Amino acid sequence: MESFQYDLPARPCVALPVRAELWGVVSSGNLEVLVETGPPPDQCRFQVETSAHGFSEVWQAVLEDFVTRHAVGGLSFSIHDAGATPAVVSLRLEQAMQSLKAP
Amino acid sequence: MNRIPGKSYREATARQRVAGLLDADSFAEWVGPAARATSPHLAALGLPCSFDDGVVVGQGRVEEAVVTIIAQEGQFNGGAVGEVHGAKIRGALQRAVRERPTAVVFCIDSGGVRLHEANAGLLAISEIMRALLAVQGAGIPVWALVGGSCGAFGGMGIVARLCDAVVMSEEGRLGLSGPEVIETVMGVEEFDARDRALVWRVTGGKIRRTLGEATVLVEDRLSAFRAALESLRHSCPVALPRTLDALQAVQDQLTARATRESDLRDGQALWDRLGLGADAAWMDTAQFNRRLQELA
Repeated sequence: MESFQYDLPARPCVALPVRAELWGVVSSGNLEVLVETGPPPDQCRFQVETSAHGFSEVWQAVLEDFVTRHAVGGLSFSIHDAGATPAVVSLRLEQAMQSLKAP
Repeated sequence: MNRIPGKSYREATARQRVAGLLDADSFAEWVGPAARATSPHLAALGLPCSFDDGVVVGQGRVEEAVVTIIAQEGQFNGGAVGEVHGAKIRGALQRAVRERPTAVVFCIDSGGVRLHEANAGLLAISEIMRALLAVQGAGIPVWALVGGSCGAFGGMGIVARLCDAVVMSEEGRLGLSGPEVIETVMGVEEFDARDRALVWRVTGGKIRRTLGEATVLVEDRLSAFRAALESLRHSCPVALPRTLDALQAVQDQLTARATRESDLRDGQALWDRLGLGADAAWMDTAQFNRRLQELA
């Protein structure tokens, strides 16, 4: 297992605070992402635990791309990954964004 | 967590099943993912954990009636029961005894004990069985739904058969030892686990329905499982009595069946004997149910 955390500057999310919501499943080539209210509104936090070692640069690129596309400041994304490809990571993050609701 | 009409039960995740089975927006989860009740055993082995340890438990409504719901996630480690996973199920069942819902809905999708957690997993299964019997002892029925890709095997196969009703799809499977286990122990001549048709003729929903082990056979749609829950409210409103006489009667029936059907190798042999037709395996669910009804 490899763990890392990224705090990236982000535009504030308009839906804060949000109800904790889980998307995806930890199975081969897939991942789960838990979205919660977290850091200050100008920051977005990603906590990643992945079974695939040595891909932190790819993760950073995918997450930076996500942050530029969405206003996710004030949100925390906790990820348990079992070897998902970058496309699947992006898909799950998009699904999680669509499901955001007030608590 | 969208409700998609016509959506496959088998393809759905545990959370999608919960959303599709219950009245809209009626689900309240207990020990949800934000509580991070994850497996210490998987973490110690350096394996990926899940925020809900592969099971969703909570309360919701079916046609306004309050139910406790338990849904195993078959995609996470084969729905296998670990220590935390099992404790969540046991806790939900014990809470049901206190809070007295109309029923417990148990979406089983599991190969049995999570082998990584060894004795803790075995213990969890026996705790689930004891708690389930306590729920029934309180008069509350437990309805099992079996339609996931992992079926109900090992200890969870036994748990399924403890339930007051078992709703299955043709795609669902129910058994004690899984196909690979039988092949490994007894040899490929005894059971070829790669022969999918054989696996389903022996463990699938149609043969389980024929033997009476599944109470209802439904199509592989979330809405069909939901409809089965609605009709169980009327047909199975209280837990079955578990008197010594009732258990002895079931034991006698099973003994008679084992003798009567000891020469039958699989479902097709039984369907041939019953006169269900050579095409029983290919019939759609409605046609199969109709033929069974005609022969009953």
